[in-house]
Amino acid sequence: MNEYFSPIDFLVLKPVILLTLFGIGVMLTDLFLDQQHKYMNAVTALVGLAFAAVQLWLIQSEMAAQGVAQIEAFRGAVVLDRFAIYFSWIFLISSAIAILIAIRYLEIEQEHHGEHYAIMLFAAVGMMVLVMGMDLVTLFIALELMVLSVYILTGFLRRDRRSNEAALKYLLLGAFSSGILAYGMSLLYGMSGSTNLNVIADSLAARPAGDPLVLIAITAIAAGLFFKVGAVPFHQWLPDAYEGAPTSVTAFMSVGPKAASFAFLLRMFLVPLGSAREEWLPLLVGVSIATMTLGNLAAISQSNVKRLLAYSAISHAGYLLLGLVSGNETGMKGIAIYFLVYTFMNMGAFAVIVALRRRDLIGDEIDDMAGLMYKCPTAAVLMLIFLLSLAGIPPTAGFLGKYFIFLSLIETGHITLAVIAVLYVAVALYYYFRIVAVMFMREPVDQEKLSFSPGIRIALGVTAAMTILIGLYPEPFIQFAGSTVLSILR
Amino acid sequence: MFHEHILSIILFFPLAGAILLMLLPGGNTNLIRWTANIIGFAGFLISLPLVFWFDSSIGDFQFTEKVDWIPSIGASFSLGIDGISFLLIMLTTVLGFIAILCSWSSIAERVKEFYVYILILQAGMLGVFMSLDFFLFYVFWEVMLVPMYFLIGIWGGPQKLYAAIKFFLYTLVGSVLMLLGILTIYFWNHSQTGVYSFDVVTLQNLNMPLNLQLWLFLAFFVGFAIKVPMFPFHTWLPDAHVQAPTAGSVILAGVLLKMGTYGFVRFSLPMLPDASRDDRIVTAMVTLSIIGIIYGALVSLMQKDWKKLVAYSSVSHLGFCTLGIFALNPNGLTGSLIQQINHGISTGALFLIVGIIYERRHTKEISEFGGLSTVMPVYATLFLIIAMSSLGLPTLNGFIGEFVILQGAYEENWVWAAFGVSGIVLGAAYLLWLYQRTMFGTLDNPENKVLKDLNFREVMTLVPLIIWAFWIGLYPKPYFTILEKPVQKIVQRVRPDYYAAKEYVPPEPIAEANTEGAEQAAPAAQ
Repeated sequence: MNEYFSPIDFLVLKPVILLTLFGIGVMLTDLFLDQQHKYMNAVTALVGLAFAAVQLWLIQSEMAAQGVAQIEAFRGAVVLDRFAIYFSWIFLISSAIAILIAIRYLEIEQEHHGEHYAIMLFAAVGMMVLVMGMDLVTLFIALELMVLSVYILTGFLRRDRRSNEAALKYLLLGAFSSGILAYGMSLLYGMSGSTNLNVIADSLAARPAGDPLVLIAITAIAAGLFFKVGAVPFHQWLPDAYEGAPTSVTAFMSVGPKAASFAFLLRMFLVPLGSAREEWLPLLVGVSIATMTLGNLAAISQSNVKRLLAYSAISHAGYLLLGLVSGNETGMKGIAIYFLVYTFMNMGAFAVIVALRRRDLIGDEIDDMAGLMYKCPTAAVLMLIFLLSLAGIPPTAGFLGKYFIFLSLIETGHITLAVIAVLYVAVALYYYFRIVAVMFMREPVDQEKLSFSPGIRIALGVTAAMTILIGLYPEPFIQFAGSTVLSILR
Repeated sequence: MFHEHILSIILFFPLAGAILLMLLPGGNTNLIRWTANIIGFAGFLISLPLVFWFDSSIGDFQFTEKVDWIPSIGASFSLGIDGISFLLIMLTTVLGFIAILCSWSSIAERVKEFYVYILILQAGMLGVFMSLDFFLFYVFWEVMLVPMYFLIGIWGGPQKLYAAIKFFLYTLVGSVLMLLGILTIYFWNHSQTGVYSFDVVTLQNLNMPLNLQLWLFLAFFVGFAIKVPMFPFHTWLPDAHVQAPTAGSVILAGVLLKMGTYGFVRFSLPMLPDASRDDRIVTAMVTLSIIGIIYGALVSLMQKDWKKLVAYSSVSHLGFCTLGIFALNPNGLTGSLIQQINHGISTGALFLIVGIIYERRHTKEISEFGGLSTVMPVYATLFLIIAMSSLGLPTLNGFIGEFVILQGAYEENWVWAAFGVSGIVLGAAYLLWLYQRTMFGTLDNPENKVLKDLNFREVMTLVPLIIWAFWIGLYPKPYFTILEKPVQKIVQRVRPDYYAAKEYVPPEPIAEANTEGAEQAAPAAQ
C-alpha cells in the first residue's frame, strides 16, 4: 500500500459515487423542467438508486463468490463488510420508498423542487459512508453530510411555520450534539494518536479499567450518539422534527438516518469502545429503559399521528438499544432484522398518512383517520397491518424483530429488562390501537374518496407485502441478517 | 391426501372462506349471509371425518403434519391432535358454525366484515388447538386477538371500545409474559442439547431444575390464567361478554376461555411437572379455583343484567375446570376436560338464549322480564333444558363433568370437594332464580306480551347443542375413552408415582420409555 489510491478504493465507493453523480444530475436537469414535469426528477433519483443497488449487488456477489468478508479501502478509512452492505440496502430501499411517496405530497404542498430528490440522494451517500467508515474523520464527515441533508429536508416546506420551526430546532440541537460527539472523538484521538477505529480499540484495551479519560470519552460519544438515534434524555428534538417535517421526509428520517446513526452507534460501542463494555453497559441499560418508558408513555396522549409515531419511534430505539445491551449474536441479529422490518412497517404507516393528505386536509391528526374503513378499506387494512407490526403482534414482521431482541435478553440473563420490554408491548398496542379504533369504529366525517398516486401505490404495495412476507416466511431474511452481524462482533 | 392433511384442511378452510367472502360484493347482504353460513357449515362437515378416523387407543399425537418453517430458529409448521385437542376442535367447529348462524338477523351493519372476522377467528382458534410447535402456537394465540377485538369493538354494546381494548390488553400482557417463558424453555433446551427447537413433544420431555420450573410456571400461569380467567384476573371477562355481540360471546365463552385451560393441560403440566406438583403451586391454584367457583357464583346471584350473570357463571364453571386440572389425578383431569366441553355447550347456549331475547327487546335487564313462558313456550322449554345442563342435572352433560371433577378433588382432599359442592348448589340457585324471574311470574310488561317465539333458524342454533348435552349426559363413555390415554400420559408425567402407588399398571408403556423411566427412578431414590 505505497500508493495513495488503488482501484479497489473506487470499487468500494462505486455505489456512493453513482449516487453523488445522480444527485448532481438531478439538480442540473431540474433547471430545464417546468412545474408539470418535476416528477422526472424523482424518476432520475430512482434510477440513480437502482444503479447504486446494482453496483452494491455486484460487489456483494463478488465478495460472496471470493469468500471475502470485508474489503478495506483508502488505507483502512473505509471498510466494506457485510454489516455495511446490509445497512446500505436498508438505506437504498428507504430512500426509494421516500421518493415514491414524496412526489404527490410535494405537489400538493406546492413545494415540488428537484433539490428535494438531490438532497435525499446526498443523505443516502452520507448514510452509506457512515456505515462503511472506520476512521473518525470519515465518520464525522459522513455523519454531517447526512444530518445536514436531513435538516434541509425537514425545513423543506419553507412557507410552513411548523416545518421551519422543526428544522431550526433540529439544526440547533443537532449541531450542539455533533459538537459533543466531536469532543468525545477528539479524546479518543488524544488517547490513541490515531483516527482509525481499530487502532483506537487496541489502544483503549491497553488502558486500565475505569480510566477517567475513557469514561469522559464514553459519556461524550454516547451523548452525541444517543441524540442522533433519539434516545432519552436526548430525544426532545424528535417529536417536533417528525411532526413539522413534510410527511414523506418524516418517513425517510425515521428509518434511513435513524438506521445509519444506529449502525454508527453500534460501530463505536463495539469497536473502539468494545473493551470498555463494563463501563458503558449500566449507562446503556438505564438509557434503554428510560427510552422505552418515555417513548411508550408519552405516545399514549398524542392526538397527532405523526407525533404519536415519533414517540413510538423513540420507544423502538429503546428496544434496539436492548439488543446492544445483550450484545451477543442474537442481539445483533435482532437489531439487523428489526431495522429491515422497521423500514417497511414504519414507512408504510407514514405512506398511509401521506395518502390522506389533500389540499384542504393535512391528514395527520388521529381524528382525520375517522372511518377510514368506510372510505377506503384498503388503506385502513394496510394501516392495521403496519400498526400490528409496529406493536409486534405475530404473524406480522414486527414480531420477528422483537422476538430476537427478547431472546437475546433471555440468553444473556437480563430477565428484568426482558419483562419490562415485553410489558411495554402492551402499552404500545394501546396507543397504536387508538388509531385502529378511530379507523374502524368511528363514522367518517366526510365522504371524499382517497386517491392514490402511482408512487404511493407502489410504496404501499411493497411495504405491506414485505411486512407480511417477512412475518410469514422470515427464513431468508434471518439468514441474510445473521450472516451480516458476525462482522461487527469482534 | 385428504387423510394426511386433514388438520391443515380444517385449519385453512375458514381462512379460504374469509378470502372468498372478501371477494364478494359488499352490497348484497343476503348473498354474503348465505355464503358465510355455508362456509361455516362446511367447516363443521370437514372436521367430521376426524370423529371416524380418530383412534382413541393411541396415546400419541395423530394426524401429524410437519413442515420446516423457519429452520434457523427451529420453528416448524407442525400440527397434530390427541384426545384433548380433538374434543376442543370439534367444539370449535360446532360453535363456530352456530355463531355464524345466530348472527343472521342480529348483525345488520358491515355484514361482510363481520363474517370475515369470525372466520379468521375460527382459524386462529383451531390453530391454537392443533399446533405442536410452541412458536406456531404463540402465533395463533396472538392472531386470534385481533378479530375478537373487532367483533367486540364494532358490533358491541354501548361500552364496546373500552371492553374491546381491555380484552386485548389483558390477554396481551399475559401472552407476552408467556412468550418470555417460551423463550426461556427454548433457550434452556438449546443450552442442554445444542438444538434449537420449539417442538412441543421435545420440550415436554425436558427435566428442568425445580427453581426454573417454578418461574416458568409463573410466566405461563399469567398467560393462561388471564385467558381462563382465574379469579384475580377475571375482570376483563364481564366487560367483554356484556359488550360483545351474541356470536362473540358464544365463541368467547365457548372456545376462547378453553385456550387457557388447554394451555395448562398441554404445556404447564407436562413441561413443568415438578413445579405443577409442587405443594405451593397446587395450593395456590386450588385456592384460586375455589375462590373463583364461589365468587363467580355469588356475583352471578347478585346480577341484575342477564348477560352479566351468565358471564360470571363462566368464572365459576372455569373454576371447576382448573380445580380438576390441579387435582392432578386422572379423574380430576378427565372431568375437567369434559367440563370444558360442557361449558362450551351450556354457556354457549345460554348466551344464545340471552342474544335471542336481546334481539327482540334490546335490553338485558332481568327486571324487565317475567312470565315469558306464556308467550314464548318453545323458548322457555329450551332455556330450561340448557339451564339444567349448566347447573348439573343428571342425564345432562354438566352433571358428568362436575361429578368426575369432584371425585378427583375428593381423592386428593375432601375439603376441596366440599367447596366444590357448595359451588354447584350456588350454581343451581342463580340459574333457577334467573329462570323464575324471567320465565315465570306474571306477564305484566306490555312490551313482553307481543314477543314472538323462536323461528326455525333460532331453534336450529340451540338444538345441536341440546342434543350434544344429552349425548354427554346419557352416554359419556366415548368421551372417557378418548381422554383416557392423553390424561394417563399427563398424570404419568406429573406424578410418576401415582399409578405405582395404586398398583396399577398402565396398559401400554408411554412413548420415550427411557426418559420416563429415568424420571420414575429419580423420585424413588430420594
